[in-house]
Amino acid sequence: MSNPAPQPTAAAPEPTQVADATEAVVVREVERIFPGAKGATVTALTGIELTVHGGEFVSLIGPSGCGKSTLLRLIADLDEPTAGDIRVFGKTARQARVEQAYGIAFQQAGLLPWRSVAANIELPLQLHGMGAADRRARVAELLDLVGLADFAKHYPDQLSGGMQQRVAIARSLAERPRLLLMDEPFGALDEMTRERMQTELLRIRAETGAAVVFVTHSIPEAVYLSDRVVVMSPRPGRITAEIDVRLGEAGERGEDLREDAAFFEGVTAVREALHGPAAAAAAPRGVDVR
Amino acid sequence: MTTTTPAIRRARRWRVVLWGALGLIALAAVWELYKLVGPADGWLIGAQEGVTGSGIRLLPRTSDQAMPHAWEMFTRAAEPVTRAPGALPLGAVVLLAALVSLGVAALGWLVGVIVGFGLALLMLGFRIAERAVLPFVILSQTVPLIALAPLIRNWGSRLEFGAFSWESWMSVVVIASYLAFFPVAVGALRGLQSPDAAHLDLMRSYAAGWWPTLFRLRLPASVPFLIPALRLAAANAVVGTVVAEISVGFTGGIGRLILETAVAASSDPAKPWAPILGAVLLGLVAAGFVALLAAFLSPFRRQETVA
Amino acid sequence: MTGLPDTAIATQLTPPATSEPRRRRTGDRPLRRFARLVLPPVALFIVLVLLAELVVVSLGIPPFVLASPSAIWTQLVQYAPQVLEATLVTGFNALVGLVIGAVVGVLLAIVASLIRAIDGMLAPVVAAVAVVPIVALAPVLYTMFGSTSEVARIIIASLAAFVPVFLNTLRGLRQVRPVHRDLMRSYAATRSQETRFVTIPSALPHFFTGLRIASSLAVISALVAEYFGGPRQGLGSAITTAAASSAYARAWAFVVGAILLGLLFFALTSLIERIASRHR
Repeated sequence: MSNPAPQPTAAAPEPTQVADATEAVVVREVERIFPGAKGATVTALTGIELTVHGGEFVSLIGPSGCGKSTLLRLIADLDEPTAGDIRVFGKTARQARVEQAYGIAFQQAGLLPWRSVAANIELPLQLHGMGAADRRARVAELLDLVGLADFAKHYPDQLSGGMQQRVAIARSLAERPRLLLMDEPFGALDEMTRERMQTELLRIRAETGAAVVFVTHSIPEAVYLSDRVVVMSPRPGRITAEIDVRLGEAGERGEDLREDAAFFEGVTAVREALHGPAAAAAAPRGVDVR
Repeated sequence: MTTTTPAIRRARRWRVVLWGALGLIALAAVWELYKLVGPADGWLIGAQEGVTGSGIRLLPRTSDQAMPHAWEMFTRAAEPVTRAPGALPLGAVVLLAALVSLGVAALGWLVGVIVGFGLALLMLGFRIAERAVLPFVILSQTVPLIALAPLIRNWGSRLEFGAFSWESWMSVVVIASYLAFFPVAVGALRGLQSPDAAHLDLMRSYAAGWWPTLFRLRLPASVPFLIPALRLAAANAVVGTVVAEISVGFTGGIGRLILETAVAASSDPAKPWAPILGAVLLGLVAAGFVALLAAFLSPFRRQETVA
Repeated sequence: MTGLPDTAIATQLTPPATSEPRRRRTGDRPLRRFARLVLPPVALFIVLVLLAELVVVSLGIPPFVLASPSAIWTQLVQYAPQVLEATLVTGFNALVGLVIGAVVGVLLAIVASLIRAIDGMLAPVVAAVAVVPIVALAPVLYTMFGSTSEVARIIIASLAAFVPVFLNTLRGLRQVRPVHRDLMRSYAATRSQETRFVTIPSALPHFFTGLRIASSLAVISALVAEYFGGPRQGLGSAITTAAASSAYARAWAFVVGAILLGLLFFALTSLIERIASRHR
């Protein structure tokens, strides 16, 4: 996967519209084709059109292989599209990466095991030349934000998976990005930890006001967190539906929302978009709900 | 994840051979370059005109006596061993000696593998044996036990049990097997203990006893761990054989030949290189043999962890 | 003769702790831990020594087969200064060889990780050196450097040490986790930043594993090289001299010195390795 082999595009694609700096992410006509074995190719993404407004929480959901992680990697400029154009706050994805317009968190927390919790959170600040005193103050703030103030001197191997993931989120917030990219950050956690982390993420997001692009394969997670759920399907990876689920302001969503009728409606709507209405009706309730 | 067709693998193997040959040529080039530019008598710390200084020579002598040309090492192998009429070419003598050493090393390897595997089974069966023996097995890898070689040499001439008398080649086998069995014991034990708890539970649910579990589960599972151990054991057996031949005084093998030709080095500088190349060949043949064995066991090595 | 680099791989592949914190087993009371880990090997050692003593004395085994432990001990005490001196000579050769081999190993590993052509040329040569008796080079090295010099032995030790350091370091330099590479890219980190913050720390534990394996090989090689000639000092020379004059117990006393030297090198490098890979 981590083998970006971008084909040199002869004519650099012109942005199809005037870059709008108020939109967090604008994806136009994006296609990503991976070279396969023996000259065969795999179309991971085709004809992707997506706009994420400033401060909006958008989930990408779909079965394995639908290209949702690939799309996130393209936005983060960890990989490059074979065709199409991606703008982050009106800049090219590359420029946005170089200027650190976003923070990112992966499914694996990706903490550096030889650095303490504080040093891990400090990493991006250190890389970008912030002074030691400012770094210390910012790290303390972030540790408070994710509730790990007592664990600053611990090492990643001494933390649980949930705590490691909270450190990773604190790290992604270190430079106050206006856009957060999250690739199944709670995918490896158990259900209880996962629900707690979701509520915490909503609180953090309300405090920071950042836009979020969130990759997941859990329907309830997408519905609970998002303002908008983007449904994708595989072979070739493409967007098949967009569902507005906004269940209230981020800061006001609580645990009781999971029992709310609106929540179940949202879950049903996303599930129908994923499987088609007949399949959704036939499936016994709760089976696919993670 | 990566699918490799036989054609790609074959091409890759040829590329490795090609690169290796280039590496050897580069090595020979460095040798010749130093020989060309280096001082004839090397460089000694504190050396001045007419004074040898500290006597610690940091750069080697480049005279033809000390550093023969790279190609002379090979051409010398084609010439007769001595000026005596009817003498075999040096290369043939080296090959014969290498063959003798290969036989001794193979025997030592076999004995070492059997003993090592037996020890692994013992440690697998009895926890207390593992706790008592394993630390010694691990420590003995870190300790120069080969230092014992000159002591075992004396068994050669003196040990007799009735009609059986201890031959010097047996001392060599003992030392070679001694070096070979450690990696096998450790690798086999780790391999036999490698099955997941889930697999062991499965065998238990089938009411399979210790021996069926050993043959159906533990032995196949141990193969990926065993192959590197066998390779290391083969390398150790070769080193043990070469060193033991020298300290035991066993004639006919490659180790002794290295020492004998080294004596002649001042008048015939290219001569000692032939048996050294023979020893290199010996090590490669031993490793090749294990690679062949590994190829036969390849069905059990699907999960081998090669980084 | 590369030691067990596969051990290094095996430990690398253990899955990282997911949901449960990985705590050190502190539940074991230290006394019971001691009894379980230390007692069996010590007991076995004592039993073996006593058994050897009993067998040698009661069956009248000639000393050229096996010297009695008590005789070895007497010789060890009597010849303590000589044993120490010989150990220092061999130990010095091994140490210098280890340092040189490690430095060259690391430098070449870095070069090989950066330049494919060098890697292609080095990999088969090093793989061959790993299965070849390096000590066989000793006689010609004595000719090249002069037979009164210890340099030949140091070179043998450094060659033996070089192989595992090179192989393990190279593996370490290549085992940076993809998620860490992605992370550094997302930070738009420069190449030197990536090297400093991720590549080197990732490779360090591998390097120390290689160093631990190399330390034993350096001692063994430095000692065995003495069997091939050169100046008559050091443990290997002392063992052959004593054995040649039928002083078997004294030869064993020097063997004990060699064992202690090997243990010292192993213990020190294992400690460094343990410290370097604390948080893995």
